[in-house]
Formats: sequence, structure tokens, C-alpha cells
Amino acid sequence: MVKRLAVFFRPYKKALFGSIACVMAECVFELVIPLIMADIIDVGVVQKDRSYILQRGGLMIACALAALALGSIYARLGAQAGQGFGAELRQQEYKRVQEYSFSNLDHFSTPSLITRLTSDITILQNSVCNGIRPMVRGPVMMLMGLIMSIMLNPKLSAVFLIAVPVLAAGLYLIMRTLGASYARMQKMLDRVNSIVQENLTAIRTVKSYVRGESQSALFAEGNGGYRDASEHAFHTAMLNMPYFQLVMYTTILCILWFGGNFIHTGSMKVGQLTGFLSYVLQILNSLMMISNVFLMLSRSMTSIDRVFEVLDEKPEIADNGDQSLAIHSGSVEFKNVSFKYSKNAKENVLSDVSLKIGAGQMIGILGGTGAAKTSLVQLIPRLYDVSDGYITVDGHDVREYSLHHLRDSVGMVLQNNTLFSGTIRENLLWGNADATQEELDWACRIACADEFLGRLPNGYDTVLGQGGVNISGGQKQRLCIARALLKRPKILILDDSTSAVDTATERKVRERLAESLPQTTRILITQRLGSVEEADQIILLDDGKVTAVGSHSKLLAENEVYREIWQFQQKGVIA
Amino acid sequence: MPKTFSRARPKNLRTAFGLLWRYMKKHAASFTLVAVLAVISALSSVYGTYLLKPVIDNYILPGNIPGLMRMVLLMALLYFIGVAATYGYTQIMVVLAQNVVEEIRNDLFRKVQKLPLSYFDAQTHGELMSRFTNDIDTISDALNNSFAMVVQSFVVTVSTFVVLIILNVWLSIIVLLTFFFMFLFLRYSSRRSKAYYDRQQEFLGGLDSFVEETVAGQKVVQVFNHEAENFAEFTVRNRRLQKAATGAVTFSSLLVPVVVSLSYFGYAVSACIGAFFAISGQIGLGTLASYLVYVRQVAMPINQFSNQLNFILASLSGAERIEEVLSAPEEEDRGSVTLVRAETMQDGSLRETDCRTEQWAWRRQKPDGTSDLIPLRGDVRFHNVVFGYVPGHPVIKGINLYAKPGQKIAFVGSTGAGKTTIASLINRFYEVTSGTITYDGIDVREIRKDDLRHSLGVVLQDTHLFTGTIAENIGFSSDDISRERIVAAAKLAGADSFIRRLPDGYDTVLTGDGDNLSQGQRQLLAIARVAAADPPVLILDEATSSVDTRTERQIEKGMDRLMEGRTVFVIAHRLSTVRNAKAILVLEGGEILERGSHDELVEQKGRYYQLYTGQFELS
Repeated sequence: MVKRLAVFFRPYKKALFGSIACVMAECVFELVIPLIMADIIDVGVVQKDRSYILQRGGLMIACALAALALGSIYARLGAQAGQGFGAELRQQEYKRVQEYSFSNLDHFSTPSLITRLTSDITILQNSVCNGIRPMVRGPVMMLMGLIMSIMLNPKLSAVFLIAVPVLAAGLYLIMRTLGASYARMQKMLDRVNSIVQENLTAIRTVKSYVRGESQSALFAEGNGGYRDASEHAFHTAMLNMPYFQLVMYTTILCILWFGGNFIHTGSMKVGQLTGFLSYVLQILNSLMMISNVFLMLSRSMTSIDRVFEVLDEKPEIADNGDQSLAIHSGSVEFKNVSFKYSKNAKENVLSDVSLKIGAGQMIGILGGTGAAKTSLVQLIPRLYDVSDGYITVDGHDVREYSLHHLRDSVGMVLQNNTLFSGTIRENLLWGNADATQEELDWACRIACADEFLGRLPNGYDTVLGQGGVNISGGQKQRLCIARALLKRPKILILDDSTSAVDTATERKVRERLAESLPQTTRILITQRLGSVEEADQIILLDDGKVTAVGSHSKLLAENEVYREIWQFQQKGVIA
Repeated sequence: MPKTFSRARPKNLRTAFGLLWRYMKKHAASFTLVAVLAVISALSSVYGTYLLKPVIDNYILPGNIPGLMRMVLLMALLYFIGVAATYGYTQIMVVLAQNVVEEIRNDLFRKVQKLPLSYFDAQTHGELMSRFTNDIDTISDALNNSFAMVVQSFVVTVSTFVVLIILNVWLSIIVLLTFFFMFLFLRYSSRRSKAYYDRQQEFLGGLDSFVEETVAGQKVVQVFNHEAENFAEFTVRNRRLQKAATGAVTFSSLLVPVVVSLSYFGYAVSACIGAFFAISGQIGLGTLASYLVYVRQVAMPINQFSNQLNFILASLSGAERIEEVLSAPEEEDRGSVTLVRAETMQDGSLRETDCRTEQWAWRRQKPDGTSDLIPLRGDVRFHNVVFGYVPGHPVIKGINLYAKPGQKIAFVGSTGAGKTTIASLINRFYEVTSGTITYDGIDVREIRKDDLRHSLGVVLQDTHLFTGTIAENIGFSSDDISRERIVAAAKLAGADSFIRRLPDGYDTVLTGDGDNLSQGQRQLLAIARVAAADPPVLILDEATSSVDTRTERQIEKGMDRLMEGRTVFVIAHRLSTVRNAKAILVLEGGEILERGSHDELVEQKGRYYQLYTGQFELS
């Protein structure tokens, strides 16, 4: 894990090593100061040498200033390395998500992916950055403290050789127990938070069914479980404080007793004893520092794992098509296509679909919920790859084209379409960054967006809130269609993308599409039979299989299901 | 590295302390015990260090080994008490902190259930959610770490300082001066770092919301080949954050070296002056040695305290925000009429009963203490109802309507016409501004809210499901709905067939609002849920908008059976759904534009006719 994290420091290697060097040097000064102190007492006071005392005092102040300078350099370099690490990590993770295919995105849910890209990274970055200093300081302080104490008095330093392993073993035990406890605590907390989240979004449902009390009871139960888990974890975590004191106090007493005896026998001086006492805190505290870093890391382990999961996810669609191969016409053919969303799924979503769609045709796709209409069309721009069989566009397997060119040639308006915050113009330019005003007007006219655009005070420069909240659903859908048109696609796929547009306007959009884009293959998924009556082919899907293909009149005559739906919908239309 | 960022400071300390005090008061004895143990632990540490001087001066220097032995044993006892006290207060504090936090969490959740819908409209879920997560966490952190630490730091600082003065007055002035400079620096830097921190937070917030929006729309990003542009924009924002953060962290990391250097400076000066005093015989060698240990020690609690200060301030502002929620006005409910099961006696009169009869009645308390029963029939009337979400901006402008028991009433109209609002007024999600709504002749405000809502079945526009099995979701309305009733309800809603095809059938566990189901399937479950509740009055707000036509046709019979004998309010976009309603109300701008049956309205050739023939746009 450390190795994997270290990769993100690579561009900031100099700053990182520089800051580590500073921390180390700082430690040296800190440890030298008590030595100078011992000289002042043992040499200066004992020999009553005032100038020696002043000289040593000056040296101490010089050391303090040097430590200050080193600390300042560390502050700068450490910040550079730490923040650089975080920025690099963010950068890599976001980049990876940009490489994801639809199936990768389905694998993580959107909210979870967002958490992984935002708060998880912040948590990870904080624990790693805050960990660097103690991780360097701890071992250095301990090692140097031990060396110094051995130099001061090798016999007495045996005390440390026992104390350090005893403390380290204890802290390690505490930490090992904690790992599992924290994991359980986190699981309980997730449950508690999900109850809150659910009740907030579904507050109307809860209130309608008068389930406030029982939801509170459910919450209290989850909350109680979380309390138990946290108590369990913290009971262990909080042991480190008294344990540390126990070891430290015992060490102090040992030093006093043995040191006192050594002074009595003349093998040690008083100043050395005081110096020794000040090393107790330094050496043992450095162990505490190290163990705190591990604790911090183990609490952020969940975040670390989640970030790595995102980085480790392999983009499922390979883009190794021929860059020079271009699409000239919008003919599409499905040949024995089968498809399932994951390799492990038992049943196919689409099975053995074969279709022929000519360039410039208008195609209607009908089918019930779960008939796999959306799945079918998503295979054309390779949002997913087929599991079996193949799809050709303009005579070539879709996998032979570069992904960029293929998707540029296929305009697709998704069912859950999104507009982004920014102006309407900025959103439309997604279709074609170089589009002129004429082209924008052209696309908006076809999509029938011109009528309401004219009524907006700022027209194209109207600023949309996040998700396009300030315009109606029908208006949003028409903008999404205009955006797709700006690509000048060879194939245009509208996936139930006029559901919020009234029938009259929808008809207008269809007519204008046929008029302005006669060469473009148009594929329409819809619930309204009326929208596809004049289609060249209507494809009836049921449970992932094509059950009928034909024109309206042919299907009406031959297909019972089609006839039934048609009759049912006719009830709502005045003859 | 200490956290030197001053997070959002509390505006009103009194409300914040008020909340903490309320919860801590319940555990006053335990908190006192923790404080006492913390003081013992601190004093034993200070006194232990204090004893070093007599040990060196009186026993080690004269070579009194048996005396030294006695002193070491005495100190061992003292230290042992200290360790025991530390163990005691840390363990007690764990239980205490977790209990307090649990109580706050439970109270907050219960409070949320009682807040009126207008409260949820006024803020995002994210904000309320962060009361449960971030704000409670800050309190938990502060209780866990800071409470005892502050008590200890205070005790250690004061007692160490007292010892310093006792040891030597002049030397302690140097320490005092060092303190003073440290304090000045801390004050200056916490102000500066706040400015740095605010800027960093601003950029972080901007970056996070960029990520949120683009990742939520990632599929559109791919369809438009927009990955490279997004990544470029992300890079710009990320680098900007990096720069601001580097500045902020650089500044806050300066704190430690400066404070440490200051303390060394003080240490060096006291060492020199102390040494001169020792030479001139004003103090003993032991005094000087232990004095210098103290000087090093005295800076530590101050460092710790300044670290804790940030935790404490953060927790206080968290407490303040929680208190704002806890003190928000709750849903108004002054109703006294209750819903009871009833049975008809032979003479035709009603009687209250505990049996599971199919009949319900309203029990109304009379002023003289007796009560009468009014049979529940499902007669809903609006009299001049006016309502606005914001005062002065009515959304419903004086509506009159009546639904007789068993009638189906449909609302048609464009978005914002007030259809959903009318439905929300019947079950008192919102209170009418003026006018009255009566239910079986009783003003709905006189009916206890819970009972009113029990009698109404609502299928809302947005379907929300809960974590749990499908069966639990369908039986959501009550804890004791039999499996037979659940399956029957699912069959009625046309959900049975797809449920059976799921891996675990009715025991399939739904998570994350049922996101593994299609929108249409979720709506079918919502209909099954209301069918299982079996209420006399139904409100269906776009209940089948995401169900495809074929499925809708299949469940048509079931829906008819569901609506049979019940008063039903239907809101629908698809006109085929409302066709067979007894009365169709065309709403526009909060007013009823037309009313009548389907045939009558078509005959009128008004707005309904226009909508119907597609001449007018519903948006």
C-alpha cells in the first residue's frame, strides 16, 4: 500500500526528500540542546565558569534559530509535497473515471463514485500528509535519543532497550485489535447514515404512512448498534494513553534508581542524569507518534480502499480501432447480437438479435419495461460492447472505428439526459465546439427549442442551474435534442427523449428532423405508437428478443400485441 | 502536525453551550468523576516531576541510597495512582461520549420526523444530512479528546507555574515572557490562517461540485466525447486548489517550529541565568535541574490546549447548528378527532370495537366529555381554499370541490398549476392559508394528523423505497401485514410477476432506494404498497407515469379494483389515465378552469379539448 501511495509523490520527489531532510536535521538540533544544557550544569556551574555558560547559552540560541529556519523550509516543502500528492491523486482518479465505460460506471453507483472522488480523497490526503512528519520524526528521534543516551551512559541506557520494545509491543497489540473494531464501527455507521438519508429523501412517504415512530425505533436500534461498536473500538484505542504513562513512569523510576546508584559509585554525573530524564519523553513519545500515524491510517483505510478500487477498475471498452477509417453513411446491421451487462449474469439481456437498418431510415423501437430497448441502441455507439455477434455501421464492425469518431458520428439523446451548469449556449456547444450562431439556430429550430428560447430574457445566454433546474422537463429534452443535432450525426438515436414534450410539438420535431436530415438514420424509442406510425420499420422487442419487424400497417395487420397496444392508445385520442 | 485551521466559529455560544449542557447534565456525576480523575492524573504527573528536585538534592547527591529507595517507592505509588486515574477517566469518557452522542442523534432523528414539510423544502438534504454526520462528529471528537485534555492542560499549566514560582520567582518571569510571546503569535497566526483556510475551502468546494456534476452526467460526457475537455477543466481547478492549499498548509505548518523555537529561546535564557544563580549560590544544583525540566514541560500543555481549541470551536458551531434543528417549530397538530375501528349494531348505530372489522369511524370528543362516532366514508370537500408556500404568493386561489364517497376525481393541468399542492393539502403536508377542507364533515384540522394520514393512501410522484426486502416495502404501512395480503396487493398492482422473477422473490433485498429496479417497477411497488395499506381514500399523483403502456394496460383491471368503492384523487399527465373519472378538474394557475366528465369537457371544446387533441402544450 505504501508503495502504491508513494507513486503519487513522484512529481514532488525533491520537495518530499527536502522536507524529510529538514525534519531529520531539526531532530538533531532538538537532541543537541539537552546536551548543551548538561554542559552548562556539569561544566559551567561546577567550574563556576561564567563565560563558558554564556557561550553555551549562545550556542543554544543559535540552535533554536537553526531549528526555526529548518522548520520554515520544512513548512514550505512539506506543504508542496503533501498538497502535490493530493492533487496528483485527484488528477489520476478523475482521469481514470474519464476512461470508464458505461459498465464501469454502472459498477459504482453515481453517489458512491462522487464520494470516492471528493471526501475520500480529502480524508486520504489529510492522513497521509499529516503522517509524514511524525513518521520521519518518530524513528529519527528514537534512534538519536537512544544513541545519545548510550553515549551519555551505556549502562543506564539498557533501561531504554527494555522500555522501547515493551511499549512498541503494547501499542502494536492495541492497533491490531483496533483494525477490526474500526471496520465494524464503519459498517454500523454506514447503516445509520443510510437510514437518515433514506428518511430525508422519502420524508413524504414516511409521513403519508405515519411511520415516523417506527422509523425512529429502527434508527434507535441502528444507532445503539453503532454506539456499542464505537464503545468497543474506543475502549481499546484509549488504552494507549494509560499504557504509555505506565511505561514512561516506570522508565523514569528505573533511571532515578539506577542513575542514583551510579552517581553514588561515581560512574555518572548529575547533569547526565537530568539529560537522561529528558530523553525519556523524547524516545517514548516518538513511539507514540508512530503509533498515532498508524491509527490515523487505519481509520482512513476505508477511504484508501475505495479510492484504489476506482483506480484499479479496468476500463471495459478497448479503443484500438483504425483512426483513419471514417463513417460515410448511417446504415446499421445487427448480426446475431447477444448482450449481458456483466460476464457473470446468468441470462442475456439481448439474445440473438439480427436487424438491418438502411441509411436514412426512420426506425421505431417499441417494447415494455425491461424489454431491453435502451440496451439495444446503446450498443451502436459502443457505450457497451456486445457479448456475442457483431454490429456494423457503414459496413464495418463498430470496433474497427476509433471510439471518438464512432461516437461523434452517432448522436444519442439518453433517457436520463443531463444539462450542465452554465449558459444554454455552452451546453449546446458540447455538440460541436466550433458551431456558428447559424448552426445553433438551425439545431434549435429543428428541436423546436427556438420558441421558448425567444421567450427567455437572455436567450442563448440564459444561465442554467445545476441539472438545468430552471427550465421545464420538456424544454430540457428539446435542448438535449438540439445539442445532439449539432454533431451533424450520421445516426441519431432518441431514447424516449420527448416524453415530457406534448404530442403536437413532438410531431413538429419529427417532421423537421425528416425534412432537414433526410440522410441521417433516425432511431426512436418511444411509448407513443403515434410517434412511429410513419416509420420505415417498427421493431417490437420483448424480453430481449425481437418479436416483430415491419411497417405500421404490416404490424397492425399481422401482430396481435401491436394491435392491442394500438387500440389501447387510441382510446386516448379522438378519432 | 496540529490542526491550526480555525473552522467555522460559533456565532452564538449560549445556544451551543445550552445544547451541550442539556445532554451533559444528565451525566453530571460521570462528567464530574472524569474531571476529578483527570485532575488527579495531572497532579500526579506534576508532583512526580516536583519530587525530582528533593530526590536529587537530598538523596542522590549525599548518596543516601536507602532514602532514595524510599523516595522511588513513594513516587511509584504516586505514578501508579496517576496511571490508574488516566485509565479510569479515558474509559469512562468513552462510554460517556458515545452515550451523549447517541442521545443527540436519536433526538435529532425523532425531531426530523416531526418537522413540517416546509422545513425540508427550505434546505437541501445534504445540509440536514451533515447535521447527522459532520456536526455530530465534531461533538463526538471534542468529547472524546478535548474535555479531559482541557481539564488536564489547565491543571498542569497552573500547577507547573505555581511550582516554578515556588522554585524561583525571577526565573519564572522569563517563562512568563516566553508565554506572552507565544500567545501573541498564536493569536496572530490563527487569524491569518483562517483567511488562508477560507480560500482553500472555497476552491475545494468549487472542485467538489464540479466533480459532482460531471460524474453524475458522465454518461452524457461520453456520448459527446467530452472527456478531454472535462479533464482539462478539472486540471485547472485542481491546480488552483493545490496552490491555495499549499499556501494554507505552509502557513499553518509554521506554527510548530515558531512555538518550539520560542520555547528553546526561553529555555536557553533560563538556563544561563539559572546557572549564574547557582554559581552565586542563590539556588541549589537540584533546584536548577528540576527547574529546567519544568521549563521544558510547561510549553507542552499550551501546545496541546491550542490544538484542542480548534476542536472545541468546531464542536460548538456544530452544536449550534444541531440546536437550530432541535428548536425548529414542529408540525402543528391540534386535532382531537381519532380514527377507530367500528362495527354496526343491529339497530344501525355504530359502536367502537377492538375487532379487526372492515369498518372505521371518527371518534369526536364532545365538550361534555362524551364522544360520538362518525362513520368514515371518504367524503372530502374544499371550501374556498387558498394556499401559498410563501406568504403573499398564493398557489391555490380559492378552490371549491367535493368528492363524494367512492368517486374518482381527476386533476389535469400543466406543471405548476397546483395539482400536487391540492393533494398535499388533503393530508395536511401543508396547512391551508384560508378556507377549510372537510373530511366526512369534519374540518381536517380537528383530526389528529396521524389518524388523518392513516385514512389516506398516497402514491407520490417520486417513488421512494426503503432498504429491506420487497415484502417489507409492500407492507410498509404496518408491522403486522400478512404475507398473503402482501402478495395479493402485489398481484393487484401487477408487480407479482416481476417480483417472482427476482432471485429471491419477495425476499429480495432492496438497497439504495431500490436502484436495481426500473422506474416502472418501482412505481408498481409503490402502488402495491398503498394497496396493502387498504385506505378508504386514495391519492394517486402521477402513479403510473413511468409504467409503459403495455404494462399499464395489464394493470388496468387491478387499478380499477383498487379504486373500487374508494374516493380517489388522480393526478395524471397521460389523459388516458383520467378518462373514466367521475369528474375532471382542469387546473391552471391555482384555479379551476373547467370541470365535468370527459365527454362533457370534450363537448365544451375548451382547454381540456385542446389538451386532448394536442393543440396545447403541457409543460
